[in-house]
Amino acid sequence: MSASLAAPAPAGAGRMTLRLVLIGAMLVLAMLPVLNRLPPDSALHVSDFIVSITGKWITYAILALAIDLAWGYAGILSLGHGAFFALGGYAIGMHLMRLIGPRGVYGHPTLPDFMVFLGYRELPWYWLGFEHFPFAILMAMAVPGLLAGVVGYLAFRSRITGVYLSIITQAMTYALMLAFFRNDMGFGGNNGFTDFKELLGMPLNTPSARSTLFYASLLLLLGSLWVCGRVTRSKLGRVLVAIRDAESRTRFLGYDVTQHKLFVFVLSAMIAGLAGALYVPQVGIINPGEFSPGNSIEAVIWVAVGGRGTLVGALLGAFSVNALKTWLTTVAPDLWLFALGGLFVAVTLFLPRGLIGLFQKERR
Amino acid sequence: MSATELAAGAPHPPRGQAVPDAVLYLDGVSVVFDGFRALNNLSLIVEAGELRAIIGPNGAGKTTMMDVITGKTRPTAGVVRFHDHDLTRLDEATIANLGIGRKFQKPTMFDALTVFENLELALKAPRGPFSCLRWVLDRTSRQKIESTMAEVGLTARAHDRAGVLSHGQRQWLEIGMLLMQDPELLLVDEPVAGMTDQETEHTAALLVRIAGARSVVVVEHDLEFVRALGSKVTVLCEGSMLSEGSIDHVQNDPRVIEVYLGR
Amino acid sequence: MEKLIAGLLLLLVLALPARAQDAFTTALPGLAGGFSEAAAAVEQLGASADPRALPVLRAMAEGRLQKTPEGALRVPQGDGFVDPATGQPADAAGAETVRLNNRVRQALRGALGQLQIISPDAGERLAAAEGVFRSRSAANVPLLEAALAKETVPRIREQMELALAASQLVGTEAEGKRSAIARLGSAGTTEARALLIEARIANPDMATAIDVSLAAIEQTLAIRRAAETLFQGLSLGSVLLLAALGLAVTFGVMGVINMAHGEFVMLGAYATFMVQEACRGIPWLAPWSLPLAVPAAFLLAAAAGAILERGLIRHLYGRPLETLLMTFGVGMILQQAVRSIFGAQNREVTSPAWMQGTMMLPGGIAVTQNRMWIIVFGIAVLLLVIAAIRYTRFGLEMRAVVQNRRIAATMGIRTGRVDALTFAFGSGIAGMAGVALSQIDNVSPNLGTGYIIDSFMVVVFGGVGSLAGTLVGALTLGVVNKVLEPYAGAVLAKVFVLVAIMLFIQRRPRGLFALKGRAAES
Repeated sequence: MSASLAAPAPAGAGRMTLRLVLIGAMLVLAMLPVLNRLPPDSALHVSDFIVSITGKWITYAILALAIDLAWGYAGILSLGHGAFFALGGYAIGMHLMRLIGPRGVYGHPTLPDFMVFLGYRELPWYWLGFEHFPFAILMAMAVPGLLAGVVGYLAFRSRITGVYLSIITQAMTYALMLAFFRNDMGFGGNNGFTDFKELLGMPLNTPSARSTLFYASLLLLLGSLWVCGRVTRSKLGRVLVAIRDAESRTRFLGYDVTQHKLFVFVLSAMIAGLAGALYVPQVGIINPGEFSPGNSIEAVIWVAVGGRGTLVGALLGAFSVNALKTWLTTVAPDLWLFALGGLFVAVTLFLPRGLIGLFQKERR
Repeated sequence: MSATELAAGAPHPPRGQAVPDAVLYLDGVSVVFDGFRALNNLSLIVEAGELRAIIGPNGAGKTTMMDVITGKTRPTAGVVRFHDHDLTRLDEATIANLGIGRKFQKPTMFDALTVFENLELALKAPRGPFSCLRWVLDRTSRQKIESTMAEVGLTARAHDRAGVLSHGQRQWLEIGMLLMQDPELLLVDEPVAGMTDQETEHTAALLVRIAGARSVVVVEHDLEFVRALGSKVTVLCEGSMLSEGSIDHVQNDPRVIEVYLGR
Repeated sequence: MEKLIAGLLLLLVLALPARAQDAFTTALPGLAGGFSEAAAAVEQLGASADPRALPVLRAMAEGRLQKTPEGALRVPQGDGFVDPATGQPADAAGAETVRLNNRVRQALRGALGQLQIISPDAGERLAAAEGVFRSRSAANVPLLEAALAKETVPRIREQMELALAASQLVGTEAEGKRSAIARLGSAGTTEARALLIEARIANPDMATAIDVSLAAIEQTLAIRRAAETLFQGLSLGSVLLLAALGLAVTFGVMGVINMAHGEFVMLGAYATFMVQEACRGIPWLAPWSLPLAVPAAFLLAAAAGAILERGLIRHLYGRPLETLLMTFGVGMILQQAVRSIFGAQNREVTSPAWMQGTMMLPGGIAVTQNRMWIIVFGIAVLLLVIAAIRYTRFGLEMRAVVQNRRIAATMGIRTGRVDALTFAFGSGIAGMAGVALSQIDNVSPNLGTGYIIDSFMVVVFGGVGSLAGTLVGALTLGVVNKVLEPYAGAVLAKVFVLVAIMLFIQRRPRGLFALKGRAAES
């Protein structure tokens, strides 16, 4: 990777402005559910649609942050982060399925509908414990973390880098997609999980549930920003940049590159898993399509559009690309894939530092 | 290593037994790439506190030798020891942490980081991810970095990115990084390429000063510089040692003259 | 065909001097009688071994035998009729079809078998032996023994021996049964196995001999199954080979990662579809649209590749991750463009007649023709690629540029042009893969996405930059997939293979990732 791509740290004044803009944006986001409660004829009223879609985008932004941490800082271009996101989603989905209880179509006290339909007698062992919310949240982090740990350990130890790593991670999510499509995996096969009723005693699909999930996502976003910022501003962050730009040289300085990469990859996967866990209750469904390689690579392009190697860039990219997608798929659905494809081409050719790069250039 | 290779090495001192005082011990080291012998039965002993210059024509195996010592290349045969550690079994990071520092022929550092940050990364400190995450730059460390920057003349550029430095400054920065590592053995590959005469002199003096407390192995083409080091010289040719001794001794060695001037 | 044979036989019959009051003449009128009388007559005619009976019985079995109000039989012959008793043309005014019931039909089957088995036509004899094998009645033993004594064609002899063994097995003679058991053991078919299992219940005294034979059959069947799995694996392997060969050039040789490779395969498949549509109106050309599609698909994909390389990819040399993302975007655009032009539904590319059907290899191994052709095509394309790289000026320049770009440039090689040509070449191969895939997969805009990951796995597994590695990698992955499938199912087999590759890379990272290209220091 050439040196010119690495964004320099914004100068003091610039960093201040950036921080103010960021705080402002967060405040605006935080206001949305409040404005939603205003009477519909009020000029400041915000529709349910805006609140729910913004809540979804916030979880996307967290995913983008996770990808940026691995790619922008450590040079690990994972094309499989959608898998970590989906695994987190499945973890919370299992919890939500357990909470349905006897309210399912078949009215079975413990088994979810699809299991009754497939003739299960009892819950598979790996469903045990998911009736507890803390356990499900723990799993939403632990399972992606473990997967990232195993895949990462095998790959980094063998010094698989660059595009090879990308292909391996893509194969990983592809294999998971194939596996989750199978009925006998015990994850609902093709249809996945849906028809959720409640979470933490609060019925889903009500305004209060929406705003609670919205604020939870926003909190997670702030938390992830803090964690990622803590990592990138520490010496570890500089080691990661060193690995990104000259992996072999970092080794000769005595750094165990495998450990550092593994740390950031696992951390990133856990953040992505949590994002998925907040995504699923908001959209009300999780199915194997979330594992499709296209999803992961689309998330990568958010980061590329926003500007990798800057945390704010990842957020900017996730929000702007998804806003474009929502708008375009309503007005001209056929154009969206052209636009997305064009975005890949345009960003890599003309905007290697993303949208953030534009602002940075202006400031100098 | 196969039995026959072991048998072939019988005339040498018993393998694996470090010679007293030897910091670095190479015996019968061969490296074969696709049938090409980059190193051919090379043996070399560097003692504690020794300054050693290694010269040789292009392709003599100087850089390959450094690669073998630092774990980048695995030897096809032979013993490579640093004190009691078998370097042929360790990876680059472990070897570096044992106390072997290396400066590359083409100065290599982290272009996106500043001079200060490059030196900070090189500074001897715990290297694990969690230690790095908790790392706080204390007063002693800062002073160490600042004094090194002064030593290599980069104080004014402390907060410039390494990528914008000139070639000579990059040479200095990498030497600075080597000093920050505080290694017991320094492997220095062509340190004065691209330096002015004055800088070359300064570098020679610096290396002489460093040696004594540490062992230093310098690979260099510049014979004037090697003379300034005033150290024992080893001449490599086609992967083997051709001659060893003082600079005057090797310069008068007919075999060395033939390699450099003949043919 | 059958009519021709029947005609020939009739000529033969006419040439024979009529034998007065032989079995044939005696039994013939019975055919016109009631069902049980007819059945008896059919059996007599079958036992007569008289060649004249064959056309009559065949006409009867096919429902063409006519009966005059007077009870005389008439066999349709050309535009008119003949009297089977005399062999002379005869009038069939007021005749009606001789009717059959199941009893008669069964008798006809046996009788036809008995007669056909001594037919002068080899094909008929073989079919008859198979028929007799299936009908297996002890009564056929003398007939089969007689037929065997005269038979000289080895393949028919073999079938007759099996039929004899099957007939002996249901007979009463112990010696015959023993030899039958041994003979069936060497047959190695599921039918022989079924017969033996049945006989084992009926003949407890011969259980040991039967078990030995059964074990032999199981072994033969296992070998055959293995051979068929191997073939399926090789066939899947050649599909992977075709899809991966282009990558072996663009990724392996040039070091350019092209995620739109699958879409070039898809373009090749659509080119096949277009050529087929263009040829549809020209009857003499239509069966050859597939061979014509090969150069068309190559050129279309190669042109797309050249445009992609010159227009976009060359600006990203040395930045493999960006190239990956950019080409993925190009793939999306191509997919959407094809979807807009041709619609999202599958397009049908029909196989020409000479590629349809199943072929029997020695040892009873069944292979489908189109899979066979894909293997042939895969090998041909591989040889083409090797030849192009080794023996052409372009291949020489390409290798020179890959090894040392600057020196190649100083020798007067236009490196930019070589880059474009190499990339176009690799893309063109992807297009040719599309021709093959159009024969076994749905031609749809997302045809390529299913193959891209597998193709990369093949190249990575086999060793980047090595065509031999690509061949070995593709065939190994294909065979392993097919071997695992019966145990794990197609999807899990795929998952296992992906996991296995990841683990394999642990053991051979250098061998597999010995990249000699621009992406070497990514």
